[in-house]
Amino acid sequence: MNKKEFTQGFKDGIPIGLGYFAVSFALGIAMKNAGLNWIDGFFMSLCNLASAGEYAGTQVILASGSYFEMILMTLIANARYMLMSCSLSQKLSPETKTVHRLCIGYAITDELFALAISRKDYLNPLYFYGAMAASVLPWAIGTSCGIILGNILPSIIVSALSVALYGMFLAIIIPPSKKNHTILFIVLISFISSYLCTILPGIRSLSSGTRIILLTVIIASIASIVKPVKEEDL
Amino acid sequence: MNHSIFMYILVSFLTSYCIRVLPLTLIRKPITNRFSKSFLYYVPYVTLAVMTFPAMVQATDSQIAGIASLCVGIVLVYFDQGLPVVACACCMTVFLLEFFFV
Repeated sequence: MNKKEFTQGFKDGIPIGLGYFAVSFALGIAMKNAGLNWIDGFFMSLCNLASAGEYAGTQVILASGSYFEMILMTLIANARYMLMSCSLSQKLSPETKTVHRLCIGYAITDELFALAISRKDYLNPLYFYGAMAASVLPWAIGTSCGIILGNILPSIIVSALSVALYGMFLAIIIPPSKKNHTILFIVLISFISSYLCTILPGIRSLSSGTRIILLTVIIASIASIVKPVKEEDL
Repeated sequence: MNHSIFMYILVSFLTSYCIRVLPLTLIRKPITNRFSKSFLYYVPYVTLAVMTFPAMVQATDSQIAGIASLCVGIVLVYFDQGLPVVACACCMTVFLLEFFFV
């Protein structure tokens, strides 16, 4: 049973791993410019597991900023993971041991979180570890490769790989939208407001991480007031 | 003050680890408050939707390829295709369009 869960998680994690490799490759190029070598990049990625967060951190290193700035930038760029962590806490059985919580928490990323909440019932930690096994190392190795290889990979490949993660997101948000019209409506509103935020003066100059937090809190709050969930939806 | 890359990495690691692990370890019981419950139920969909659009269209070299890939993805999911199939089809769409047309 547990072995099956791990294997299933690993399988579902492979597309994530491929996408991660491409994204972290690009990240590696940015790190190279900030003076990190391939070992630094490997550990930066292994420890942080966050594209926007690492990019923000890289900018701090590039500017020789203070450690306090590093904390602040990481905090802002990664604040959405705190929301995800709250949400995921409800997806774990109350009996889940602390050691599992410490390990699962380490790998709360946009994609692995998405995978976790798409599971029926409580999340089996083994499933999550399977997905981690398929995706964490490609993320770290991709960063190192980006630092070493720089611009060798043709841009057409990087461009094609860059949509893999979004394709995955679609596979997660659309099936429930078909059944639940509130979710469909929320998804459409989110698309529209997210687009508006990229063109409206003022808001568009905020970092994408900050925009995501703001929109998430505002839209999810309004939805919860207007359409609180009924027991049978959960 | 002299900053070392090791310290930078350590500081960023501690920050991002705490953010992710604290809620998960501190919230152990099912939340009963209706607003909080609804809020946490909706959060994932809003976050993922906000991150997908318009970022998906802007990620590719050509915007048209990005839009096409978004449409292909939506259609395939609508007809019940799984996650790996959708992800691969989105990539292929971009690759083929950019290879032949752009």
